[in-house]
Amino acid sequence: MIEVKNIKKSFNGNVILDDVSALLDTGKCNLVIGASGSGKTVFMKCLVGLFQPDSGEVIYDGHSFTEMNIAEKKDIRKEIGMLFQGSALFDSQTVEKNVMFPLSMFTKDTVGEKMKRVNEVLERVNLVGANKKYPAELSGGMKKRVGIARAIVLNPKYLFCDEPNSGLDPQTSLVIDRLIQEITQEYNITTVVNTHDMNSVMEIGDHIIYMHKGKKEWEGTKKEIIYSKNELLNEFIFASEFLKDAKDMRMLEAAGKIDNDRNMDEIINNDSPL
Amino acid sequence: MNFFTEFGRYLLLMKGMFSRPENGKMYWKEFMHQCSEIGIGSLGIVVIISFFMGAVSALQTAYQLTSPVIPKSTIAQIVRDTVILEFAPTLVCIVLAGVVGSKIASELGNMRVSEQIDALEIMGINTKTYLVLPKILAALMMIPLLIVISMGLGIWGGRVAGVASGILAPNVFDTGLLTAFVPYNVFFALIKGYTFSFIISSIPAFYGYHVQGGALEIGRASTKAVVVSCVAILFADYVLAALLLDND
Repeated sequence: MIEVKNIKKSFNGNVILDDVSALLDTGKCNLVIGASGSGKTVFMKCLVGLFQPDSGEVIYDGHSFTEMNIAEKKDIRKEIGMLFQGSALFDSQTVEKNVMFPLSMFTKDTVGEKMKRVNEVLERVNLVGANKKYPAELSGGMKKRVGIARAIVLNPKYLFCDEPNSGLDPQTSLVIDRLIQEITQEYNITTVVNTHDMNSVMEIGDHIIYMHKGKKEWEGTKKEIIYSKNELLNEFIFASEFLKDAKDMRMLEAAGKIDNDRNMDEIINNDSPL
Repeated sequence: MNFFTEFGRYLLLMKGMFSRPENGKMYWKEFMHQCSEIGIGSLGIVVIISFFMGAVSALQTAYQLTSPVIPKSTIAQIVRDTVILEFAPTLVCIVLAGVVGSKIASELGNMRVSEQIDALEIMGINTKTYLVLPKILAALMMIPLLIVISMGLGIWGGRVAGVASGILAPNVFDTGLLTAFVPYNVFFALIKGYTFSFIISSIPAFYGYHVQGGALEIGRASTKAVVVSCVAILFADYVLAALLLDND
């Protein structure tokens, strides 16, 4: 579990994070959503220590990350896996070498043991046979899967994914989302995902935090998001007319005003549902 | 103010390099890789420029020494001393600032922009130690070697050009080569070599490591790294000559 207490961060006087607190549970996909520039990437970078918050605290299972010395931070970072927006694979190394890198750096395993583990995680992300390929030879979805494999190869306790679906088609996005969800449950890890992909929200959002202009505007589950009355959240989530209609239908359905099956028949037969 | 800010950040980068490696074997591997990249990777260009600078030096010296009073062997002495004192360490290092410096700056810049440095940091690796230190150590190891090779090739180039153009006989060149040789000059050239190696590797590493933006900024950082390295080399060349050569 990661506890975030009142973190603030500004750059050159511009407040990017303003008093954000959150509780990110273990075994769940914690999604941080928000428009571009809402502060979610800075929030994640503060969590993993790439940025030092101006004030506030980040606590990993009872240990305050912000108060740790460099050696302690190094230790906890070995328990962190991160998938970057652009995958951040080492261009000059093959898939196998990329995934093996954390093992080579932090374990004393033999080459055989490392290879076994690499093949295990590559199989887990459905990339069997891609060992000798270079990142330039991979598709966007495959790069993300290699990034996930590298992030989980040391059995991390915390997994961070920054925009895992950016630049991917909806079908591949779904594959990546499901993979993240399965890994979270299988390894019982604390997963934090930054996204503005609504399919991801509805697919894997066990716990959702909505950020707006550096502040936490709303928090809840994917079920609660449908019925939320928060205007800013609704404007962000249900941006298109299609999604607005879908939400209205859901609200009416929940209020018992429409019967979904009957109305669908009416739509088909009469072109007038209500 | 901007200069002092940048210089301060440069010093912090240098200070941050010194930490205990997470895995000595991996650092050694990286060091050897950099030795190969910097040393072997630059050997071709060093061979070519060294041979021709020696050859041109011999021909131009002969062109200027028109007096019949001055013996022909003086050409060999002048070629030897200019190659050892200036051409091999300074000219080669200015070329290497372009070859090695731009490579270091663009490699680190690309790693920064594509978040590879962040990925290493999150794994718990000190990226200054892992990415910058092996490059500087490799440069300090390989560039002085390249300078020694350049000295030999430069003098040989002068000999070949002198003999081929009929300016002087091989034995006259060899006699001149051994006349009034000052071994301290080689020592001085190596001191220059080590100083320039540090400049060539650390300044581009600084600009590459701190790139912010995209492809355009990587290009800018690379260009700036080469320009600043060249100016720093020329400045250090003057300071070292003033300090270490007895000009009285």
